[in-house]
Amino acid sequence: MLAVRNLSISFRMYSAGLRQHEITPITGLDLEVRAGELVGIVGASGSGKSLLAHAILGILPANARTAGEIYFKETLLTPDRQKRLRGKEIALIPQSVGFLDPLMRVGQQVRRAAYLSGANGSAEAAQRQVFRRYGLRDEDAERYPFQVSGGMARRVLVSTAAVGQAALIIADEPTPGLHPAVVAETLGHLRQLADEGRAVLLITHDIGAALTVADRIAVFYAGTTVEVAPAADFQAGGQALRHPYTQALWRALPQNQFVPIAGSQPPPDQLPAGCLFAPRCPHVSAACRAARPELRLIRGGWVRCIHVEG
Amino acid sequence: MKLLLFVVKKLARLAVLLIALSMAAFALVSLSPIDPVNAYIGADMLRVSPEQRAQIAERWGLNDPPVQRYLRWMGQALQGDLGTSSIYRQPVITVIGQRFTASLALMSAAWVLSGVLGFTLGVLAGGNEGSPLDRVVRWFAYTLAATPTFWLALLLLIVFSVTLRWTPICCAAPPGVLPEEATLLQRIHHLMLPAATLSIIGVANIALHTRQKLIAALHSDYALFATAQGEKRWGLIWQHGLRNIALPAITLQFASLSELFGGSVLAEQVFTYPGLGQATVQAGLRGDVPLLMGIVLFSAIFVFTGNALADLIYHVIDPRIRLGGGA
Repeated sequence: MLAVRNLSISFRMYSAGLRQHEITPITGLDLEVRAGELVGIVGASGSGKSLLAHAILGILPANARTAGEIYFKETLLTPDRQKRLRGKEIALIPQSVGFLDPLMRVGQQVRRAAYLSGANGSAEAAQRQVFRRYGLRDEDAERYPFQVSGGMARRVLVSTAAVGQAALIIADEPTPGLHPAVVAETLGHLRQLADEGRAVLLITHDIGAALTVADRIAVFYAGTTVEVAPAADFQAGGQALRHPYTQALWRALPQNQFVPIAGSQPPPDQLPAGCLFAPRCPHVSAACRAARPELRLIRGGWVRCIHVEG
Repeated sequence: MKLLLFVVKKLARLAVLLIALSMAAFALVSLSPIDPVNAYIGADMLRVSPEQRAQIAERWGLNDPPVQRYLRWMGQALQGDLGTSSIYRQPVITVIGQRFTASLALMSAAWVLSGVLGFTLGVLAGGNEGSPLDRVVRWFAYTLAATPTFWLALLLLIVFSVTLRWTPICCAAPPGVLPEEATLLQRIHHLMLPAATLSIIGVANIALHTRQKLIAALHSDYALFATAQGEKRWGLIWQHGLRNIALPAITLQFASLSELFGGSVLAEQVFTYPGLGQATVQAGLRGDVPLLMGIVLFSAIFVFTGNALADLIYHVIDPRIRLGGGA
């Protein structure tokens, strides 16, 4: 459904007067999502997760430059095609109610999304139907965004994506600071959308939450994919995982050893020349510092590390 | 209930404002170098003896200390009597009423025109940020914002009245015709240039403000999400932009009544348009204290009402205020 190949995103910035410099928050990123599959993208903030979502939809700011390719349904996703497909074939579930128009009733916003999705039939009927599906009452449609609770807001936001027939749904941090029950409910909705045959991309910093519903997990570090592993590998324990960063993430989970990893992610304007994780890696060698490792398929998962063996 | 409280609060504030304002205005008038008796007599200066002057001054109570005069004026004003205008020899209320009716046509025409035109230009510029159209609108607006009203009025007069002879050179009616007896067409004909002057000046502010607000709206999170849903530029502006900039624009429009009033003083002076603005200048130059005081109070009420309406409209239209924070 979706394939991202060697994607890089850079921004031209002005610093100290008129001196221009470029930062590259995403470098050499690869990812694949199939129909009916829910892929969780996990990584610390600043690892380029949201930018990936915006790059797929073609809504990056004007000063962004991209390299590499994105394929949607086996066809290259050009800016022109993105314009035609977003809202119809590709839908976004944003982070918070702050992404809704504060002066428009939520029902009307879902109806507008239905209209833009190009679905047949009346937008109003579609909105009523999707509201019923997510346990929202008809009168909730009359509320303004400031009048909906956190849980209701999640359902409205999921409704905007589910009201159409989008084949790919990107949920960008859909569960920030929410009650555990609401988190579980929202994740359940995403799982349902995947089970209907849609491809779902769940972007989150909460690896624990992603593991409860995802088929596969892609781990982002400093703007690149360091590992893509079946979710089962995380359940199997640290040994099944391939990349040292993924293993460190796994150890940092409360239910495991709860040990944080030392150091921090390099900022996008100070990336190391070799492996991006080298400065924090316990297995670092001269070869790691010399060149960026390629993605390799090891034991049914992709990993960007030269030390892992099959 | 909430509305009643709103009105009572506003009225109390208005009363305090009017008292303070009348004191300040009265103090300024008493410090004015213009001798009202001289200004009143005017050209008959040589034919009026010093004794007669003293009589006029005595009769007008000019020999009493200012505080006493103010209190006397205040006492009568509270009973609804603002006195008699010394230059028009009519009750102040009548003069203001007549003059304001003339100004009202001028100001409302300018108000509507500048609002509609300014908003449209602002939306066109903001919706095409960085385009040649945007640059032209901005250049136009900055130039206008830096243009004095009287200068623009003179310029329009030279172009349209003197050179092209499309519009009359002054006044509210053709020579020899009383303004009250002029036909509607004649009135509109005489209104065109002053109204154009006032609206052109008002456009700049509203256009720049609207442009800024629209650009902010188009860079908001909700605009980004709408774009992700497939909304195109004008759909975005139509669905979300206008909705979010209309409120500040309406508020600004009502709050701009003070500038409109100030502008009308200058424009009416240049076009010799017999409105309230011109009467203000006359009252000031010829020491007509009762009329000047009356106009000060009236303009304060006028501007205050505009601002209060802006406030009220915000409360009525914005759902976030109207429906309160309660979910």
